[in-house]
Amino acid sequence: MIIDYVGVKEINGSLVVMDGVKGVSNEEIVDIKLDDGSHRQGRVVQIDGERIVVQVFEGTRRISLKNTRTRLTGHPMEMPLSPEIIGRVLDGAGRPIDGLGEIFAVKKANINGTPINPVSRVYPKNYINTGISSIDTLMTLIRGQKLPIFSGSGMTHNDLAVQIVRQAKISGADSSNFGVVFAAMGVQKDVAEYFRKSFEESGVLSRVVMLLNLSNDPIIERTLTPRCALTVAEYLAFELDMHILVIMTDMTSYAEALREFSSSKGEIPGRKGYPGYLYSDLASLYERAGMIKDHPGSVTQIPILTMPNDDITHPIPDLTGYITEGQIVLDRVLQGQGIYPPVSILPSLSRLMKDGIGEGYTRADHQALANQLFASYAKVIDARALASVIGEEELSPIDKKYIAFGRLFEARFINQGFNENRSIEQSLDLGWELLSTLPRSELDRVDDAVLDLYFENKDKKKELS
Amino acid sequence: MDKNVIYGINGPVVTVKDTDSFAMMEMVYVGQQKLVGEVIGITDRLTTIQVYEETTGLKPGDPVAGTGAPMNVLLGPGIIDNIFDGIERPLKAIEEQSGAFISRGAAVSSLDTEKNWTVTMKIKVGDELEGGQIYATVPETPIIEHRLMVPPALAGTVVEARPDGCYRLFDTVAVIEDEAGQRHELTLCQKWPIRTSRPVRDRLAPTIPLITGQRIMDTLFPIAKGGTAAIPGGFGTGKTMNQHQLAKWCDADIIIYVGCGERGNEMSQVLDEFSKLIDPKSNRPMTDRTVLIANTSNMPVAAREASIYTGITLAEYYRDMGYHVAMMADSTSRWAEALREISGRLEEMPAEEGFPAYLPSRLAEFYERGGRVEALCGEEGSVTLIGAVSPQGSDFSEPVTQNTKRFTRVFWALDKALAYARHYPAINWIDSYSEYFNDLDPWFRENLGEEFIEYRNQISALLQEESSLMEIVKLIGSDVLPDDQKLVIETARVIRVGFLQQNAFHPEDTYVPLEKQKRMMEVILHLHEKVKEVVAREIPISRVTELGLFDKLTKMKYDIPNNRLEMFDEYIQDIDEQLAILLL
Repeated sequence: MIIDYVGVKEINGSLVVMDGVKGVSNEEIVDIKLDDGSHRQGRVVQIDGERIVVQVFEGTRRISLKNTRTRLTGHPMEMPLSPEIIGRVLDGAGRPIDGLGEIFAVKKANINGTPINPVSRVYPKNYINTGISSIDTLMTLIRGQKLPIFSGSGMTHNDLAVQIVRQAKISGADSSNFGVVFAAMGVQKDVAEYFRKSFEESGVLSRVVMLLNLSNDPIIERTLTPRCALTVAEYLAFELDMHILVIMTDMTSYAEALREFSSSKGEIPGRKGYPGYLYSDLASLYERAGMIKDHPGSVTQIPILTMPNDDITHPIPDLTGYITEGQIVLDRVLQGQGIYPPVSILPSLSRLMKDGIGEGYTRADHQALANQLFASYAKVIDARALASVIGEEELSPIDKKYIAFGRLFEARFINQGFNENRSIEQSLDLGWELLSTLPRSELDRVDDAVLDLYFENKDKKKELS
Repeated sequence: MDKNVIYGINGPVVTVKDTDSFAMMEMVYVGQQKLVGEVIGITDRLTTIQVYEETTGLKPGDPVAGTGAPMNVLLGPGIIDNIFDGIERPLKAIEEQSGAFISRGAAVSSLDTEKNWTVTMKIKVGDELEGGQIYATVPETPIIEHRLMVPPALAGTVVEARPDGCYRLFDTVAVIEDEAGQRHELTLCQKWPIRTSRPVRDRLAPTIPLITGQRIMDTLFPIAKGGTAAIPGGFGTGKTMNQHQLAKWCDADIIIYVGCGERGNEMSQVLDEFSKLIDPKSNRPMTDRTVLIANTSNMPVAAREASIYTGITLAEYYRDMGYHVAMMADSTSRWAEALREISGRLEEMPAEEGFPAYLPSRLAEFYERGGRVEALCGEEGSVTLIGAVSPQGSDFSEPVTQNTKRFTRVFWALDKALAYARHYPAINWIDSYSEYFNDLDPWFRENLGEEFIEYRNQISALLQEESSLMEIVKLIGSDVLPDDQKLVIETARVIRVGFLQQNAFHPEDTYVPLEKQKRMMEVILHLHEKVKEVVAREIPISRVTELGLFDKLTKMKYDIPNNRLEMFDEYIQDIDEQLAILLL
C-alpha cells in the first residue's frame, strides 16, 4: 500500500518537517509532488518517532504547508549504473541531461558507498606520468592516489587539470580502459564548457562521464554530486576494470553547500560555521580513491579547491590536506610572473611518491634529485628574504648563486608550455642541469656516488659542448 | 524483558523511548542487522545510543536488544599479527565474509575460535591463585609468549587442571573455586570493558628510556618506557612518518598501532611494509610483534571514538603479562572530532571550537592509562603512549593540542617550515621539550657514561645560540658576524643537517644506535672546540671551511656504518691533523 502524506508541518531553508509518517527508514528517499504537478526529491535526515526531517534537493521554493503530496520510495539514494553511462552528461543528482534518454540500469548502487576494508586495499605504487616537470619530479602522482589542487580564484587550476587529463599516461591503461569522471560543483557554465571542449579536443570525450551541478543549480543537490560521481567511478573501476581519473571541482562550493544544509538543520557549528563533521564528510569522499586486491582497475582523484582568500589554513584546504595524500599548491605570485603552471614547490607534496619512483619506476636518482631540489629551493626563499632586507648587492656570493638558481628554476623548470609534454628523463636531466649551477658542496642531500654520476657529467657535457 | 524499539534516528545516534532496561555504557544490538551500539545517555523518557555502524535504512520500530554488559573486548591469543577495526572486529575475517567493501552487521568473532594453541600449564590442583596470576602460556608468535592470567577480580584454589596440550580459545583448561565455593572456569581468553583501566599492583617511576634510534628523539627529547608523548603538526609535516619510524624501531616488546580516522592507504602501507621488514633484534618480521587497529576516516565515526580505548585495553593486557608495550595513536585529533560530532548530535552545550566541555577529562583519562608498572603477576611492564595531534590550520593554540600538552610529558612539535625544506624529522628543536630528562639522567650516565649528558647539553646550547644569532642574520646577513659567532652558525648547521636530520629511507640512517649518536656528537663538538682555538688565533674561519671538514661531518651519518664505530677515531685524527697545519 502506498500512502501519500499531504502537506508539511514546517519549512526551514531546504528542510521540511513532516508529522505522522510511519514506516520510514533513515536516509530514505522521498518523492514530493507539488500541486502544479512538478516532482522533487528529498532525503530523510532525522527521525523522531513519527516526526521526520526531509532535505529537499531542489530547494523548498514554492512549497507551502499544504500544497505537497509526499510518498516514501522505500530505498536510500541510488544511482543507476551500466556500461552505457560512459560518455553521458548527467545533472548533479545523476539524472541524464544530454537528451539521450534514461540510463538502462544494469545495477543500482547506494551513492554513499561503503568503506573499503583496509586489508583489501593495494598500496598504490605505480606512477602516472603527467608530462609536467614540477609534478612528475617533485610531487609525483600515483595511480590510486588522491592529490588535490589547492588554488585560488582566478588562477590556472582548470588549465592544469586539463593538461593532466590530456597528458596523463597511466601504466596499464590504454584508450580502452582509461576513463574520466568529471564532477562540477557550483562552477560556472563556461568553466564546465571549457572542460567539455578540452576533453573533446584531446579525444577523451567519449570516455568521460560528466556530472554537472552549475553555480545556479540547487545547492542541496551539490552535496550529492561528488557521491554520484564516485559511485560511477567505483563501478567503472572495480566492476569494469577501468583506470578512472576523477576530477572534482570546486570542493569549496561543496563544503559551502554542506554548511548551508547544516545551519538550516540547526546543528552546532565548528570552525568558521562549518559543521563539526566536515572532516568525516570530506573523508567519506576522498577515501573512495584507491585500488583493491584482485581488481585491475583504479580510482585516482584530483579534487580542485579554491582557497578562500588564498588562505591554506582555512578549514576546507586544511581538512582536505589532512585526508588527501599530498597536495599541489598554486601560487599567485608565480602566476603574476607569468609562470605556468604556477606550482608553489615548497608546500606541495605527494605522500605516495617515495614508493612509486626510483629504480624500476622512474629512475634511480629521482628521490635524491627531488630532495635536493626542495632543499635548494628552500634556501632560495631564505636568500630572497634576506635580499629584501639588505638588498641583493649585499648578499654573500653563495646567496647570490642561490638567487640566480631560483630564477632559472622558476623560468625553466616550473614554467612550461600548456601543450608541452616532457618525459620523465627530460625533467630529471633538467633538474640536474639547474642544480649544477650551484657549487657541488652545497648539494648536501645527495650521496657522492649519485653526484659523481649526474653532477660531474653535466659539467663535462658543458665542457664538451 | 520488554521489547525495546527504535524511536528516533539522527546520524549515528539512535534513541529508544520509555524504557528502563538499559544501563549506562551498556553494549546493545540495534536493528534487524544487529548493528553494535553503546548506551551513552539515559533519561526517564529517552535512552540515547551511539551506533558503531552506518545507520542508513534503520527504521523506527526496529528492535534494540541489550547485552547486559559494557562495551568490551575479547583478550586471548591471536591478537598479535592481526588487524582489527575500532571495536575489535578482525578485518581479514570481515573481508572473507563480505569482500573488499565492509558491509554492516558483520558478525565475526574477534579472535579465531577454531585454532588450536599449544598450551603449557603453570599450575596444578591445589594451587592458590590470585587475580592476574599466570596459569598457562601459549606461544602466540615466534617471539611473543602469551601468558594467560586469572582475571583481576578472581581468586581461589585450583580444583581442576588439564594437562599440557592443544586447546581452542574457549576450551576450559583449569577450574578454580573461590572463597564462597563458587567454581570458575578458566579458558584461553577473558573479556574486559574498554573504558575501564586494568588494575596493577604498583606504579613505578619512568626511569628507563624507550630507545627509538631516532637521534633527535633519543638525544634531545627522550621518552621513558611508560611515558606519554604528543606529536603535533600540520598536514605534511610527517606525523605519520614519525609514528611509523617509532613503531618500526623503538625497543618495546609489542607495538599497538591505532590508525584512528586516518587514511586507508596508510594502513595498507603499514601492512605492506611491516610484513617485509625484519626486526633486527629478533630476526623476525615486524608483524610478529605488532597489532594494528584500523578505523580509517571513512569508517563509522562512533567506532573511531572507541578505537583508542580498544587499543589501550589491548596494550594494558600485554603489559600485565610483563611486556613493554608502545601504543601509537594516529591521530588523537580525529578521536576528539568524533567526540565533538557525537556531542553535537546529542545537542550538548559546546565549549571551545564546538568541542565538548569534557574533552580535557577524556584526554587525561586516556593518557593516565600509560605508565610503567609492577603488574599483578609480579612482573614489570609498561605502556608508552605516543599520540599524534593534527591541529587545525597548524595552530598549536587549538583545544586538542593545548589539552594534550597538559597531560603528556614529551612534546615533539613538528614544524611546517622544516617540512617545507624537507628537513625530516621536522621536529622543531626550540619548541619541543621532554620532561623525562631528569628521570632518565641516571640511566644515561650509567649506560652511556657521563659524557653523553654533557654532549647533549652542549649541542642543545649551540642550537639555542644559533637560534638567537639567526635573528640578527635575518636582518643584516651572516657576513658581518665576528668569526666566533660564524663558527657557532657553522657548527649548528652541521648539527642540524648532519645530526638532527635523519633519513628514514636510508638503510643505515633509519635506525641509529645510541652509541653512534654519542660518537657523532663527540666528533661534532670536537671540531667545534678545535676550530675555536683556530679562530682565537685570529685565523679567518673561511680557511677552515675551505678544508671541507664541516661538510665531511654532515655526511658522516651515511659514511660511517652503524657497526664500524671505530671510524670516528679516524675522523677525530683527521680533524686534528688538518687543523694542526693551519695552526703552524
